[in-house]
Amino acid sequence: MSTDLTRRTAAELAASIASGEVSALEVTQAHLDRIGKVDEKVNAFLHVDTEGALSAARAVDAKRAKGERLGPLAGVPLALKDLFTTRGIPTTCGSKILEGWLPPYDATVTRRLREADVVILGKSNMDEFAMGSSTENSAYGPTRNPWDLERIPGGSGGGSAAALAAFEAPLAIGTDTGGSIRQPGAVTGTVGVKPTYGGVSRFGMVAFSSSLDQGGPCARTVLDAALLHEVIAGHDPLDSTSIDAPVPGVVAAAEAGAREGIKGLRVGVVKQLAGEGYQAGVMQRFEESVALLRELGAEVVEVDCPSFAYALPAYYLIAPSECSSNLARFDAMRYGLRVGDNGEHSAEEVTALTREAGFGAEVKRRIMLGTYALSSGYYDAYYGQAQKVRTLITRDFDAAFGRVDVMVSPTTPTTAFKIGERADDPMAMYLADLCTIPTNLAGNAGMSLPCGLAPEDGLPVGLQILAPAMADDRLYRVGAALEAALLAQWGRPMLDAVPAL
Amino acid sequence: MSAITREEVAHLARLSRLALSEAELDHFAEQLDAIVGAVARVSELPTEDVPPTSHAQPLTNIFRADVVRPAGTQVLDRAEVLAQAPAAEDDRFRVPRILGED
Repeated sequence: MSTDLTRRTAAELAASIASGEVSALEVTQAHLDRIGKVDEKVNAFLHVDTEGALSAARAVDAKRAKGERLGPLAGVPLALKDLFTTRGIPTTCGSKILEGWLPPYDATVTRRLREADVVILGKSNMDEFAMGSSTENSAYGPTRNPWDLERIPGGSGGGSAAALAAFEAPLAIGTDTGGSIRQPGAVTGTVGVKPTYGGVSRFGMVAFSSSLDQGGPCARTVLDAALLHEVIAGHDPLDSTSIDAPVPGVVAAAEAGAREGIKGLRVGVVKQLAGEGYQAGVMQRFEESVALLRELGAEVVEVDCPSFAYALPAYYLIAPSECSSNLARFDAMRYGLRVGDNGEHSAEEVTALTREAGFGAEVKRRIMLGTYALSSGYYDAYYGQAQKVRTLITRDFDAAFGRVDVMVSPTTPTTAFKIGERADDPMAMYLADLCTIPTNLAGNAGMSLPCGLAPEDGLPVGLQILAPAMADDRLYRVGAALEAALLAQWGRPMLDAVPAL
Repeated sequence: MSAITREEVAHLARLSRLALSEAELDHFAEQLDAIVGAVARVSELPTEDVPPTSHAQPLTNIFRADVVRPAGTQVLDRAEVLAQAPAAEDDRFRVPRILGED
């Protein structure tokens, strides 16, 4: 075990705190110090809650001293995506329109983290209202990838992923509407999980596209992600889309996968999510991992999902349509920014002036695209047709999961691209989520885990595992088995290769 | 499928309550036209007998009991909410005038 507390896994930290080897206060202070040292370069955090974090850590130490029962992640620090409301801690969603807003309530995820004695270090940077694949759309400046500060850390949860890769936090929370947990995970060499839609409460998670948004865990190991998954998942009566069923035993699945492997498991390689247009090094590492899955005892077959080729266009009609409706709440009346209220403008004009000043280009672009797709005359051709494509994609998944237990693909077609490289070309930017989007449309579960470094640029490559709804445990079983095999092959955790900051 | 014109973007901006600048109108017209051209591919799939899916889960409305909560037990604290408003007066949100000159 490393003597540097910021290099330890969440599971190791929790065990060290529970045994009294270190205090939660020492662990928290070590991470705050690390943030103080490197975050000027990385910009993973929008707000660091130093006092709140230290106070939460002291409370854990006091509980331990009194012999009270501690949760499995008690005292472990975490970066919380700025999309979750936090009472008393600013929540901006990476937008100017919410600058300085102090929510009057906690999201259910926030509450569950606090109740589990997880230490919230602060709020992580993100593309504005989760719209983007690079964290360049934050109103507070881009987050940089710790592997190469000239490159993007993925988006929209780039802050959460970068905080992990920069050793500023061992755990983070993200949200995944079209890949915003998995894609940043892939390009930063970390683990990101999109749970089954409805598996983690959306109450207090500021809505972008309600039928797609899903909060989930980000970590440096599969087991750490599983431990966090069990803290935040489960039915919530405050969210009408929350599934009222037991949470699959993901920690047990991760432990079993690492211990017993995946003999007899059927794995499908998605024909439509590989090959032409993918970076050579990404395909090389992906194919090596598929070979490892075979060596671990899995039966690997190719699966054909023809409708997946239409997932990206369907997504870019459905998500903006829902966003145009959801973001109507930012009207300058009850919270957030207000511009132009000088007695000369009507409420409607003040709303338009405020939204013009408060929203960035990507948000405006998507609001207008959604307004267009929903407008009379175009509704059937665009939004209606996209909803039918969504049915076909779900049918492809159902047919495939009738043959295999999980499916795999690269998480992203390329490794991290350079900051600014795709900024003026929205369609090129949208391609970053090519492999992750189908799962969101169907509501299934997905994970990205690091599967090596691309030989041509030395940057992390992610492998995506997909499982049916409410079978999240399969992700963890396969992920942990592959992680163990890769560790044996590479000789050390891939994140050890991150350059010193 | 029609291409998106600058005039259409101006109309969309009005519907979306966005006071776009002239430069933004030009920029967005070009970009939205390219995006709509790309996403129009959804029409390539035959979907005559395919039902639409609006949501991954069947949804039902959930209502809370319509009861007045005693002071101090409300879900949100009134003072805390009003403190975050752009303007408040007499314990309420203050909004700009609703009616225009005409």
